[in-house]
Amino acid sequence: MNNLQNFTKGFFKENPVFVLLLGMCPTLGVTTSAINGLGMGLATTFVLVMSNLVVSLVKDFIPDKVRIPSFIVIIASFVTVVELAMQGYAPALFDQLGLFIPLIVVNCIVLGRAEAFASKNTVFSSVVDGLSMGLGFALALMILGSVRELLGSGAIFNIKLINHDMILVFVLAPGAFIALGYLIALMNKLNKTK
Amino acid sequence: MAAKRESTFFNMVSTLLLVSAISALALGSVYNLTKEPIALAKKKKQEEAIKAVLPAFDRLVTKKFKSGVGEEKDSLQFNLAYQGDQFVGAAINTFTNKGFGGEIKLMVGLLPDETINNISVLEHKETPGLGDKMAKSKSTWSNQFNGKNPATFKLAVKKDKGDVDAITAATISSRAYTDAVNRAVVTFGANKGGI
Repeated sequence: MNNLQNFTKGFFKENPVFVLLLGMCPTLGVTTSAINGLGMGLATTFVLVMSNLVVSLVKDFIPDKVRIPSFIVIIASFVTVVELAMQGYAPALFDQLGLFIPLIVVNCIVLGRAEAFASKNTVFSSVVDGLSMGLGFALALMILGSVRELLGSGAIFNIKLINHDMILVFVLAPGAFIALGYLIALMNKLNKTK
Repeated sequence: MAAKRESTFFNMVSTLLLVSAISALALGSVYNLTKEPIALAKKKKQEEAIKAVLPAFDRLVTKKFKSGVGEEKDSLQFNLAYQGDQFVGAAINTFTNKGFGGEIKLMVGLLPDETINNISVLEHKETPGLGDKMAKSKSTWSNQFNGKNPATFKLAVKKDKGDVDAITAATISSRAYTDAVNRAVVTFGANKGGI
């Protein structure tokens, strides 16, 4: 697989949300609006790239039987770094996303990529993989967030488009499942016709 | 590619120890680096909140009073605002532990006659999309408290026979918010003599 393919796979062929169905907890939880989805996606991208980088660097040093706990410690450290940095230097953003940042630790995409990709590949392709998966995740969350925000509160990125009472269920948890289901169906259709 | 290390007992223990130690070291230094900016950001937020909930003032006096609700031992910080020698209101750091996601911290601005001037949310962990509507950035829900005097406006949600309209699908968060406001009002009333 060349680097370009490696980079584009996260968006369509192996999109973490729509195709691999990984990381459903933050996907369903945070996508009440487009901006929340995008912010969460970008924070996850940072953690993914950094943890993939470190894991691929130390992969030969870590014995197989303790690799999962080691990876988790590495990932959790980066998540905490993101949380502290955001709190200190971008308090406004932290007010919006602070609730979700610790959730990145339990996002199985991060551990999944460390385990399935970074622990078997070179440093460079691991970073590309992290970037690809992270941006694919961010894109998926943003789309899902936009759909839910539009249907649930008639706005996208907090810009009011429809001034009318909307379908409240889309902002609540069940709406996340409904919207995600239709988006996955659409994605399957697109992937098949290609 | 160097050979992978064997999963012997010593290797496993030493690896985990090393990984944890390095992480701890890294986190410690990041914490030290960000401690000051975080404290500054929090202080700025606090000052902005005080300004937002009070009418114009030129002098602040900070005092602590024991919570006036029941037998509680916690104390609330009062930021007493003066314009010249005239007492124009108090911005009270109040809290509640009854939130859906734990503690909620509010800044409640009260005028000398106990009328609620404005309220600002300092910290909360409520459900995004539901309970977080208590924050001014998310919805105008909390504006219903502005200009209300607790003597005529019962601080309880309508389900509990009060006068507060709860947030749709977030009664627990609304109840907690109201509880925090009530704590500020009651404590203010109980300590009026000390101001």
